[in-house]
Amino acid sequence: MTVVKEESGQDGSGDDPGTPRGDDGYVPSQRRIEREAYKRARARRATAIAALSTLVTAVVLYLIVVGAPGWPRTKETFFNGQYAREALPKVLEGLWLNVRLLLVCGAAVLVLGMLIAVARTLKGPVFFPLRVLAAAYTDFFRGLPLIINLMIVVLGVPALRLQGVTVDPVLLGGTALTLTYSAYVAEVFRAGIESVHPSQRAAARSLGLTKRQALRHVVLPQAVRRQVPPLLNDLVSLQKDTGLVSIGGAVDAVRAADIIVGRSLNYTPYIIAGLVFVALTIPMTRFTDWVTARMDRRRAQGGTL
Amino acid sequence: MSDIRPGADAAPVLRMESVRKTFGGTVVLRDVNLAVAPHTVTALIGASGSGKSTLLRCANLLEEIDDGAIWLDEQEITDPRVDQDAVRRRIGVVFQAYNLFPHMSVLDNITLAPRRVHKVGRSEAEEHARELLDRLGLGAKAVEFPDRLSGGQQQRAAIVRALAVRPRVLLLDEITAALDPELVGEVLSVVRDLKDDGMTMVLATHEMSFARDVADQVCFLKDGVILEHGTAQELFGAPQQEHTQRFLRRIVEAGRL
Repeated sequence: MTVVKEESGQDGSGDDPGTPRGDDGYVPSQRRIEREAYKRARARRATAIAALSTLVTAVVLYLIVVGAPGWPRTKETFFNGQYAREALPKVLEGLWLNVRLLLVCGAAVLVLGMLIAVARTLKGPVFFPLRVLAAAYTDFFRGLPLIINLMIVVLGVPALRLQGVTVDPVLLGGTALTLTYSAYVAEVFRAGIESVHPSQRAAARSLGLTKRQALRHVVLPQAVRRQVPPLLNDLVSLQKDTGLVSIGGAVDAVRAADIIVGRSLNYTPYIIAGLVFVALTIPMTRFTDWVTARMDRRRAQGGTL
Repeated sequence: MSDIRPGADAAPVLRMESVRKTFGGTVVLRDVNLAVAPHTVTALIGASGSGKSTLLRCANLLEEIDDGAIWLDEQEITDPRVDQDAVRRRIGVVFQAYNLFPHMSVLDNITLAPRRVHKVGRSEAEEHARELLDRLGLGAKAVEFPDRLSGGQQQRAAIVRALAVRPRVLLLDEITAALDPELVGEVLSVVRDLKDDGMTMVLATHEMSFARDVADQVCFLKDGVILEHGTAQELFGAPQQEHTQRFLRRIVEAGRL
């Protein structure tokens, strides 16, 4: 039910508070100038308070950590500059594998997730087995811990010694990631499909579109658009979980760090690997926030997307 | 049914016989009989919840009826062996809430069905759509998205979308009920133009004076029953049933007739 407000979404440009003078010779009143000066002063004060409290917090945290009895040892084992320099190139080399895994698995997850979601929403007796299978799939793989899934696939499949089936830990690890994440993403898509108002489907069907055409041209485009923020969220999650393929021996960023740790008994490389993953996910997270904010703004303007 | 309506002697475009529809235990339509002659306008009036919208949704097979039968051009469309999608292609519907597709431009909204269902080429479909948009005064809005249009413009776009598939009959479900009062007129004048062009229409409406002016046949529904029907003059001028009289009196008292 779309109740559309008149004159909604007219950009709101034109009454930018920075340019008080309009083309009608308007001069801001003394009242407005005072009001804005007060607001500016208040904003400055808020910034100053924020800066001060951040500084205090940082100093307190620093003193607690540095003052801890085990700090010198910890510093040596976790924050060693020499090992950091040695680990960084290796970790970055391994990270390339994580990035490739993300791209390939991400694409596979989106396709598989969409297929499962659509299978779950199909009506009609013919599709009963498909519906049940899709539901069982999502139930199972959403419940199965990813690490167990990885171990079963990466260690269990080679143990079968099947002819023609790969034993490559990267491929198997990627398969396990895809299996689990497809289940998550399928649920995201399904929620999106169900969030499209039935009147949209009715409008499509009333035009003579078949169920399939209505789904393809009317329901899915709206569902996908709405689910972009949660989908990106799952992709960020997938991005860091690619680090788990290291349990099968694939040399990714985590495994590269692991190798150095095993040799040196210094944990600095783990810190480096962790920071590299954080650095990789931050742009993605910011992008998600940006997309979400943009969509919220559209909705606030009266858009129905 | 009197025979003074134009084309009343021709075979009806849409015909309903003893239609019954229930939702759960509630009877929404009871023994509904209706015949819509070609090039005529039938208005369904009555209080909210009297079954007007359900009648239209049944006619378009968006709801399955419990008993009775519906014919479109002498073909029984409630026969379960009938291809429902093919039937819907011959019936246009305009909804109270417009139900435009928000992710498509106005032009794409209109050409979707001609292109996907009727397999008309893009350029031909768009040409036809622009022609219709021009006629309804929306020529400049073709590439806009629905949320950029006023309510009246959206509803006119929805009418164009329904017309684009060249339907045999147009079903209009309280198409002005969601509009601000000053926008009602622009939509109703479109319906008048369509009547002049000979479009067969069935409309559920609360706009009594409009129904009186434009309808050839008026049906008064109460609790899912067509209590009374006749020409606009008959029904508004000399209602026979007590319920109809009371309903119309309330409308007059509200200053809406």
